[in-house]
Amino acid sequence: MQIPVVRNVLEANEKMAAQVRERLRGVLTLNLISSPGAGKTSLLERTLRDLSGEFRMAVIEGDLQTDNDARRVAATGAQAVQINTDGGCHLDSNMVATALDALDLSRVDILFIENVGNLVCPVEFDCGEDAKIAILSVTEGDDKPEKYPLLFNLAGAMILNKIDLLPHVDFDTARARAFATRLNKNLAIFELSCRNGEGLEGWYDWLRRKRAEKPRG
Amino acid sequence: MHEMSLAQNILDIARQELAERGCTRLTGVRLRCGALAGVEVSSLRFGFEVLLQGTPDEAARLEIEETPLRLRCGACGAEFGGEGRLALWEPCPRCGEQLGHEVLQGKELHIVAVEGV
Repeated sequence: MQIPVVRNVLEANEKMAAQVRERLRGVLTLNLISSPGAGKTSLLERTLRDLSGEFRMAVIEGDLQTDNDARRVAATGAQAVQINTDGGCHLDSNMVATALDALDLSRVDILFIENVGNLVCPVEFDCGEDAKIAILSVTEGDDKPEKYPLLFNLAGAMILNKIDLLPHVDFDTARARAFATRLNKNLAIFELSCRNGEGLEGWYDWLRRKRAEKPRG
Repeated sequence: MHEMSLAQNILDIARQELAERGCTRLTGVRLRCGALAGVEVSSLRFGFEVLLQGTPDEAARLEIEETPLRLRCGACGAEFGGEGRLALWEPCPRCGEQLGHEVLQGKELHIVAVEGV
């Protein structure tokens, strides 16, 4: 028997993501995606410290094995929950739903989901976020947006991290920007350095604006 | 590497469709996969085979048809398409614009038929 159907292979994930989104209707939720080492945790450490007087923030940390990143984040005083994927290459909405149980969402203005370091798989799995944030660092190739188009097509913002290293590398920021905007003309782009703090203010202003646009639960 | 979870999702959906119709054995699944879906087809086939090994559905076939991209020009709104994901970088055939084409089709991964007995 042949049964014609049209069913989304990711429907189970997307259904759960809708439930997560409903639980997070009063919380600005951002899904951070990058390759390993681009600076997701450093960006969080800076943001959580610098904006601690303005927002109540929490982090869901996805990691393959360790809880090193969760400890770095918890050291800033923010609520942090660790998800170990045991080798899995991405977080999905079911894992995020479970992690939410460990957070007091009535005391959270902004939730960051730090995905597993990987530019391909995490992009496919909606975790119930308001926006995906693509993080690139200038020690990588400036053709990353060209090689991994789906992330840059779907992202709400792109961060170019480690710009303090620009004099020492061949990264062409204009080229990276051009490829990324070709994929997504509404993409907000921030060039910054988590090491010396340059450029962070633009990213913070974007967070403030997005928080203001999001209704309170 | 996420192809293994996709393969598991495909089997869950296919078996559910079969069970609703009183079928007991899966013999095939047909997928439609967008050029931008981010799926490595050989890994997906491998995952599907591994999950079926030693089960009554072991012989089930996985057919995959790739759907081409459909784009809407970021400037003039013309719709156009092309094979493979590189079409994303083509200029608009009407106005030549290269920036900000919207993807209308090509990100999806759908099951379009399930076969069983």
